Order: sequence, then C-alpha cells, then structure tokens
Amino acid sequence: MTHKIEIDGVEVTFAEGETILEVAQRHEKEIPTLCYDPRLEPFGGCRLCIVELEGARNPVASCTTKATPGMVVRTTTDTIEAYRKTLLEMVVSENREVDVSPLRGYASGELADLRDKYAVNGTRISGATSGMSKDDENPFILRDYELCISCYRCVRVCAEQEGDHAINVMNRGFHTQITTEFDGLLKDSACTFCGQCIQTCPTGALADKKALRAVDEVADTLPDKTRTICPYCGVGCSVDILTKDDKIVGIHPAMDGPANQGALCVKGQFAYDFVQHSDRLKTPLIRADDGELYEATWEDALDKAAEGFRKVNAEHGRHSIYGIASGRAPSEAAYLMQKFIRVGFGTNYIDNCSRA
Amino acid sequence: MSNPLVDMQKPDVIFCIGTNMTECHPVAATGLKKAVARGAKLIVADPRRIGLADMSHLYLPLRVGSDTALLLGMAHVIAREGLIDDEFIENRTTGFDEFFEHISQWTPEWAETITEVPAKDIETAAMWYGSASKGAIYYTLGITEHICGVENVQSLCNLALMTGNIGREGTGINPMRGQNNIQGAGDSGALPNNYPGFQSVTDPAHQMKFKAEYGIEVDLEKGITKVTALELCGDSIHAMLIDGENTLLSDPDREHCEHALRALEHLVVIDIFLTETAELADVVLPATAWGETDGVCTNTERRVQRMRAAVPPPGEAKSDWWIICQIAQRLGFDGFDFDTPKPIFNELCRISPIYAGLDWERIENSEYQWPVPHKEHPGTPRLHEETFVNGRGIFSNVHYRDPAETISENFPVWLTTGRRLQSYHTRTQTGRAQGIDYLLPEESLEVNPADIERWNLSDGEWCKMSSARGSINIKVKATNRSPRGTVFASFSFADVPVNLLTGSGYDPITHTAELKVCPVKLEPL
Repeated sequence: MTHKIEIDGVEVTFAEGETILEVAQRHEKEIPTLCYDPRLEPFGGCRLCIVELEGARNPVASCTTKATPGMVVRTTTDTIEAYRKTLLEMVVSENREVDVSPLRGYASGELADLRDKYAVNGTRISGATSGMSKDDENPFILRDYELCISCYRCVRVCAEQEGDHAINVMNRGFHTQITTEFDGLLKDSACTFCGQCIQTCPTGALADKKALRAVDEVADTLPDKTRTICPYCGVGCSVDILTKDDKIVGIHPAMDGPANQGALCVKGQFAYDFVQHSDRLKTPLIRADDGELYEATWEDALDKAAEGFRKVNAEHGRHSIYGIASGRAPSEAAYLMQKFIRVGFGTNYIDNCSRA
Repeated sequence: MSNPLVDMQKPDVIFCIGTNMTECHPVAATGLKKAVARGAKLIVADPRRIGLADMSHLYLPLRVGSDTALLLGMAHVIAREGLIDDEFIENRTTGFDEFFEHISQWTPEWAETITEVPAKDIETAAMWYGSASKGAIYYTLGITEHICGVENVQSLCNLALMTGNIGREGTGINPMRGQNNIQGAGDSGALPNNYPGFQSVTDPAHQMKFKAEYGIEVDLEKGITKVTALELCGDSIHAMLIDGENTLLSDPDREHCEHALRALEHLVVIDIFLTETAELADVVLPATAWGETDGVCTNTERRVQRMRAAVPPPGEAKSDWWIICQIAQRLGFDGFDFDTPKPIFNELCRISPIYAGLDWERIENSEYQWPVPHKEHPGTPRLHEETFVNGRGIFSNVHYRDPAETISENFPVWLTTGRRLQSYHTRTQTGRAQGIDYLLPEESLEVNPADIERWNLSDGEWCKMSSARGSINIKVKATNRSPRGTVFASFSFADVPVNLLTGSGYDPITHTAELKVCPVKLEPL
C-alpha cells in the first residue's frame, strides 16, 4: 500500500512515522497548536490540533496520531473550528492576561495570536484563574505561573532537549503547577539557566527577565532581529540578536540553526551584554613617556603602531616580529594577521591562541 | 571533529575522555544526552567526577596525565579479544602488525598501575567500544593539554582505526573546539607551519603558490610557535602584534609571560577591553566586538558560518581587519587595500583548497562544512569516508610518559585546571554580563572532603596553593567531584590567577602547555 492520505480533499504522501500534523504542516495547512514544539515528542495536551478523521467517532489530536495509508482527514470544518474556539476560550479564561511583551520569549505570543485568530474575547467563560507565580530571585528566568496553561513544553524541553530534568509538575488538573524539586529556587535545582523553557513557553509565563529589564516601557512590537553565531565556544550555535534603538536587548535561539536546532546555554542566552558595557575601549591608546596610556587619535595610534614595527625590523631584523591572531575575531582578521606577517616580513612568525 | 554534531545522537557506544562537555560545550552535550536516552552506552574517562560521569554507564576515574596508559590498555584488550575490524585494517590502514606486537605488552593490569583505574573496568570499556557497531570518541583539552598531547590523540586514533570506527555515521574522532572561531583562525593560516587552508609552508608547491600570490618569498621553514616566541621575548623577539587574546591570564606561568611581554620594545594589542595584556601594550587599538562585526567563523564541525553586525560599535572602535590593513598600509605592504570584509574572505577562499567552493554569498545559510573543494561540491559533513587525506590511516606505537612534573614530598597534590559552565576563559566577557555573578560569584578550589580534613583545610575558608612557580590564595570548596589527592580550579578569575602556578611543561610537537597537570601543595591560611 502506498504512503498516501487525503487531507482536505487532496491526496498527499507521507513518510513512515510522520504524524498527521507533520504531514499537514508540510503541505502548508494551518492547524493551531499550543503544546506543540517540533523539537519535542508529541504530547497531545492542548487538543487544539484536533482534526476530523473519517471512520473515527471523535476528532483526534493530529500531533499524536500517526499517518496510516488511506486516512481521510479534514483539518478545518465548522465543527472543528467551534471546538477549537471553545478550547481557547477556556484556556484564555484561566489566565491573568494574554497580551504579553514579545521580549518574554521566542514563542510568548502564541496564545495571543490564536486568541486574535479565533476572536476569543475571554468573556464567554470566566471564573477561576490557575497557577501561582513563584518569587525567584534569579536574574534570568521569570516564573509568572499565573500565565501558565500547563502545556508542559517547559518540562519537556528541559527533559528531552536539555536532558536536565530540572523542572516538573505538581498537583493535577486545574491545580497543576510547574515547579522544581522540593518547590524551591531554580538555582537550587538541576537548572543550568539555558533559557530553553523561556523560549518554548507559548504564553510568557516563563520569561526572559534580562530582556524585560533592558527596555523601560512594555514593548508591544518585537525588536529587530539579526541572525549571527554565538560568540562563546566552538559549537557555533545560531542566534538572533534582538535590538531596539541600537541597543542589544536580548537573544533568541535560532530554531533552524544547523549546530543547535534551537538549543543554547546560559552563556549564549544571557551573557551578551559585555558588548555594550561601559568598559569597552572607545578610542586608541598610546603609551606616553611617563609610562601611562593616554587616549589618542587613530592617525597617531596607527602611525605609532607602524613606526614601532618599522624600527624593530630595521634594528633587529624581520625575525624579531611576531603575530598572534585571535580565536574570537572573524576569519578575515586571522587571515590578515598571517598575511601581515608573511607579506610584511617574509616569515612564518604567526600563531593563534589555540595552544593555551 | 571528523563527524558532524548531528551524529552525536547516533552512536551505540560513546567514549568521552578529557571533555567536560556539559559545562564547556553544553549544547553539543544535549546530543549525547539524547543518544544515552535512546539507549547508547556512555563511557567517561576523567580524573574528576564531572556531570558526564554522573550520567555514564562506566566511569573511569584515571589519574591526571595517565591517558596514554589507559588507551594502550584498551587497545591491548581490543586486540586480545579479537574485536578488531580486519577488513578496515586491511583496506584503510598501515602498520597494524607492528602495532599489534607493540600493544601485546601493555596489559590492563599494567595500565591499572599507572592510571589507578581497575583493570576490569579498562577491559569493560575496551569490550564495549570494540564491540560497538557505531563507536564514537569525543575529547577536549583534557587530552591535548599535556606534554604527551600528541601521543594521547594518536592513542585515540589507534582505537578508532583498529575497530573501524571512523568515516561512518555516528563514529569518529571528535575534538570539541573551545572558541567560536579557533577553527577558523587555523583555517585562515594563522599558524607557523601552515599557509591558509592547512597548506604546509615546507611544501615546495605551496611555497611557489604563495610566492606568486603574495609577491614575496616567505621563509621556507616553519616559524616558531607562540610558546617559543614568548620565551624569546627580549632576546630575539622584540615586537608583537596581538589580536584579541588575553595572553597574560590565559597562558601558563603568568610571571614568565608578563616578564616576556614587558621585555618587548614594541607591543600592539587590538582588543575590545583594556585586558591585563592590553595594559602592557605601547599601542592599544579598540576593536569592534561580536554583534558589531560582519565576518565569518568556522565551528568545531568545520561549518563555515556568517557573523553579522546588529549594533554600531562604541566610540571610535574599528573592525580588526580594518586596523590590520591600516598598519600594513603605513608600512607599505601590498595587498591590504580592503574596504569591506567580503573580498578578504573571498581571497581566503580562492587560495585555500578546503574553502575553494565557498565565497561570501554561498555561506549565507551555514550549509557548508569544509572541505568544499569546488563550487559544485556539497561540503563534507563526515571526513575520511572513502580514504584518509594521506592515503592510509597510520597506527602509532606510542609509549606512556609521566607528566613533566609529578607529585613529590614538596608538592604532594595534583592540581588540574579547566573551565566552568557560567564563565568563559578569562571573564573579559562573562565577567561583564549582568546576572552571571549570581550563578558564579568567585573562584574556588574543589577539594575532596576527606582531603580537606587530611590537609587541615576548612570548607569555605582560604588556603595557600603553591607550585614550583609561585603561589596564590584560593577559597576551598568541599566536593566529591574531586577525587582524593587531586584538586581543581578554573583560570577564569583575575583575582585567583591559577596560571601563576601552571606551566610545568609543553608537548614537544604542538607546544601545547600541560595545563591539566601541576603538582602543588596546600596550606591553610
């Protein structure tokens, strides 16, 4: 039998093991989800991805249902959409708020976007709210559980993606609460502050405290993003730098980064603000006759830098000059460092910082 | 790395030695954790009971600096048990008969006397790795920062060659690089023995090529390494240009290093902060930082990727490449008239066979892992699939050697050094990132609780730690991560300059310092 199913009247192929949701997404069907993160095992918690399956008595969650040959699937019927709207009304009613700053995290606007799409205003069903926010002194991760919808994405990303198992759930049903072992601070748990929970949270319940601190007013638009590579170790994780008015306000992991597939560590996620630290060198410095370093113009500093090499070369010969390239600067810098030594002095007196 | 990062999820048996990956390469470690969750066996060899050891199925707590002995013992068992891959050895390698003869003497019982790892555990590790259909080796500086770093790496190659665990998915010999562009710095030719693209400076064909390219005859012999250059400062080396390295804190034997840099007539440092090293310079030139610079970097799996500027630099800071061009132009050197980084990278690609298929535009989406020998080439995620660069894989008949210094009456404790999750190198960056102090406010010396008592130290109190080169004061922290007789500290904190103590010796071939082994004594303060 061929690997084909019918989705909304169109016959499509699927690969062994693919879920209905994966097949549908590949064919650009818009199926709403809240508990789904493509990097994680399917969970089937939020039920928003339900679809009609011919021959099945009830709608099925497309994220947990594997495609099998001959299935006939309808993703967007009036009944399904009505179910989805009711589910969303219930979810929204439990939360303190839905409109959160996009600085809270990569996925923090997912619930608000669906609320808008389904025109849910939060008044049809109203009543108790769930989740108790947790005071946690740590400077990185806000634990605002009044916005939590118990989708378990944070718990699952910590376990499945990071392998750290730092957080889990206590209680059941309406009283479900995300917490750490012994309900303590993250610092006292197995948490490594990689920030993955922040970035997968679809409501901003877990949020980037550092990014929220970086802007005074509540940001309603996502800052500019620039794709680059993390400045720390050699793994080469892809990240997006978030900027607002020429200020770096946060980092998002690149979910399609070939080396990291959305993962980051505490350094890549949170240790970016050295860049705009007041200690940065802003002008060239020249050592004066009194032995102290003083600010100088580029002209003077470059002249003095060049003159020193010219003088040492003349007095001691070309084998008296050595270059050390950086393992932190881009390759263009390393390339020109070696070219400077080889072209300028005809020696191989060049190295980089890999020996120590 | 011989294999791509995605392969880390695929082995059946993973052998990690001298790598504290969950702290130093945390994102790479997530791949290993997934493999273990899937059912792969994890063997971890490390003197310290690091995070990886806690999740391993077999932990080999070897004495610092005894890696070669452990690996010889494992090779012995693999051969003795007939777990070798005859076909691979026949088709892809050379020198196995001599190697087989060589390792017959290095029994696991002998290895136990050197490594202090029980012979039966060495046997188990060998049996697991030798029986794997996909066995992968991961290592970091715990292998290379020894006087025998070359022998350690050769020993790992021996294991992979004799079992055929190379050139296939989920296998390989995989060193994890420590800095965002340390791979790229080597690729770019910032090495005393290689032109760009690892073209040897002693090969006449490369000499002719670069003579034509650069219009000057470069020395036909290798240059000296940084280590040698620092030793010769004030003697025959009189001027240095240092780009973005805090040599003073990162290198061993700080006093020697400071003395060396002070002895220079002319020191020019390009950096983003006034580092301890920049403070010694005659001219300090302010560079643009990450996030302010357009350029290219290459990661540990040889993936060539674009870094992009997101914000303007502070004050008058300029890109490293611009600064180097300006100095070169003032000296009348040819070939430094660049206005943007793009033609610089394209020049590097044009003259480097491993980058020949790349250019500034082609790396836009991080798709390529070198070698990319021509424009139609898809890149090389996995090395050595069909052949080795030099034809056949060579077995090395290595011998175990003691570290440069071993513990003695005067210095009875092994100090080993490394890094921590929350800090990076000399903290010029993480030390200036808000919040990091909450997780790691200060350095401390990790000491086994039983040793604390034995040596009259107190947990949380300061002690004096001395080596043959100097002494520092450091706070004591009780932890079972350190085995008895071995202590650990990172070199990240300027107020606890651990590299005042290190520097006992260097690998004679790579000149990598033995930062992982330093006999010390500890005294209460």
